[in-house]
Amino acid sequence: MAITVKVMRRPSGEASYLRATLTGMALTFRHLFRPRVTMQYPEETSTEQWRMSDRWRGTHRMLTDEQGRAKCVACGLCPQICPANCIKLVPGEDEEGHRYPLIYEIDEFRCIFCGYCQEVCPEEAIHVGWHYENAEYSRDRFVYDLERLCAQTHPVSTLWDPSDPRGE
Amino acid sequence: MTFFLVSSIVKMLFVFTMTMVGVALLTLAERRICAWMQDRMGPNRVGPQGLLQPAADGLKNIFKEEALPAQADRTLFMLAPAVAFTPAMLTFAVIPFAAPLPTRWGDVPMVVADLPVGFLYILAITSLGVYGIVLAGWASNNKYSLLGGLRASAQMVSYEIAMGMAAVAVLLLAGNVTLSQVVARQQAALWFVLPLTIGWIVFLVAAFAETNRVPFDLPEAEGELVAGYHTEYSAMKFSMFYIAEYSNMVTASALMTSLFFGGWDIPFTTWDETPPWTVAKTVATLAMFLAKTGFFLFAYIWVRWTVPRFRYDQLMALGWKVLLPLSLGYLALLATAMWYLHAVLDWAYGAKFALALFGLNAVLVVVLAWGVDRGRIVSGSMAGRRA
Repeated sequence: MAITVKVMRRPSGEASYLRATLTGMALTFRHLFRPRVTMQYPEETSTEQWRMSDRWRGTHRMLTDEQGRAKCVACGLCPQICPANCIKLVPGEDEEGHRYPLIYEIDEFRCIFCGYCQEVCPEEAIHVGWHYENAEYSRDRFVYDLERLCAQTHPVSTLWDPSDPRGE
Repeated sequence: MTFFLVSSIVKMLFVFTMTMVGVALLTLAERRICAWMQDRMGPNRVGPQGLLQPAADGLKNIFKEEALPAQADRTLFMLAPAVAFTPAMLTFAVIPFAAPLPTRWGDVPMVVADLPVGFLYILAITSLGVYGIVLAGWASNNKYSLLGGLRASAQMVSYEIAMGMAAVAVLLLAGNVTLSQVVARQQAALWFVLPLTIGWIVFLVAAFAETNRVPFDLPEAEGELVAGYHTEYSAMKFSMFYIAEYSNMVTASALMTSLFFGGWDIPFTTWDETPPWTVAKTVATLAMFLAKTGFFLFAYIWVRWTVPRFRYDQLMALGWKVLLPLSLGYLALLATAMWYLHAVLDWAYGAKFALALFGLNAVLVVVLAWGVDRGRIVSGSMAGRRA
C-alpha cells in the first residue's frame, strides 16, 4: 500500500515561492541599512546599549581605611560562608588588640563569584568587583594575596539593584 | 603584429589582475554584506574597513599545512583545483569591457580576444568548469566529496541547456555570436533585457545554478555533505576552489551585463559609442561596465543570504520541467515574433522593433509570474501527485 502524505492546502499567497522570495529579499535589503548595535570591544568598553550591570560580580577588591590598611578584621565569616572554599585567612592580633589578617588569599580559579563574602562581611571590607579583564600569563597569578586585593582600584559591585529597595 | 602582441599581453595582464583583485574584494564584500544583512559588522579589523582581510586570508592559506588524504588519487587530487580555476579565468577573454582605447599606434579594442565565435567559446569553456569539481570529488576518495561532485555534474549539465537556450534568444536578436557585436547591437537600440526579458530571467536562474551559488549550492551543501567536493582540501588548494567559485561569479555577472544589459554602454547617450575614441570614453565606459557587473555580484550575495537551498528533486524539477520547456517555448515564440516583424511587417531591427518585442515580453512576464505564483513549481515532492 502506498504511503499517503497529508498535503496542506494553503492559499497561493502563502505557498508562493515567488512572493516569499521577494518578501525575503526586501527584508534582507532593509537590514543592510539598520544601525549596528555591535560594541567594538577593545576600543569601546561600554556604549549606550551595552553597559555592564551594576550587580556584576567580578574579581575581588579589599577596601582600605584612611591609613591604607585593609578594613578586614579577620572575623572569619567569609571563609566560613564561601561555598567554593577559595578564601584562605590566617588571623592575627596587634598589641592594642585589633585583629587583622596575617594572610588573606583568594583563589580566583576556585571562586564561583557568588558574592556571599561581600554580603556577609560586617566591615564592608571584601567586595566582588565591577571588573572582568583578568588575563594572566601564569596560573599562580590567579591567587590574589592581600596586597593585591588592596591595590585593586576598580569599582565594586552593588550586589543588588540600587533602584529596588527590597533588594537591600 | 608587434603592436597586437604587446597590446594583447597588456590587456591579458590587466584583465587577470582586475579579476583577481575583484575576486579578493568579492570575498570581503560577501562577508561584510552578509554581516550587514544579519545586523552584524563583519570583518573590519585588518586595514581600513577590513580591506586587507583578503590579503590576510591569502597569506594564512599559503602558510597552512596541506593535507593529502592517503587514499586519494594523488595526480587528480592535485590537478582538480587548477582545472576548476582555469576555465573561470579563460571565459573573461572574450568579454568586451570598455570602449576602444586610442593610442599612438592605433585604437585598441578593450577585449582580450574579440573571437568571431565568442559566445560558442564561452559555452565550451564554462562547461569545462564542472570537470574541476567532479575530479575533486572523485579524487578525494570520500563518499561525501563524490556525492558533491556527482551533484555538481548533474546540476551543471541540466542548467547549461537552459542557459544556452536563453542565450540563443540573444544571438537571434543580435544576429551574431561575437560579443562585441552583441554589445554594439544593444547600443544601437535597446538593451536586450527589454526585448528579451524572459530570456534574461531564465539566464539569471541558470547562471546561479551554473556557479553553484545558493539556492543551488547542493554540490557543497554543508548541512548534508560536510563541504561537498572540497571536503578533503586544505590550505591554498581549498582557496583555489573559492577563487574559482568567485571568478565564475564575476564571469557570469560580466556575461549577463554583456548579453542583456548593454555591456559597456552608458544608457541615454550616444557619446560613449561614437568615434573619435578618447581615454575619457574608455574610462567612463569601463566604470559603467564595472558598475553593472558589480550590481549583479551584489545580487548574487543578496540572494545567497536570503533564500534557503533547494532540495535535490526540486532542483532537477526546476531545471528540466520548468526552465528547459520555458526557454524552448520562449525561443519558438520569439523566433515567430521576429519572423512576423521582419518578413510580414517588413521592419528592420531598431528601437521600434525592440519595443514591439518588449511589449510581447511584458505580457509574457505577467503570464509567467502568474503561473509561477499559482503553479507552486517549487514545493513539496508530493505536490505534483495530489489527487
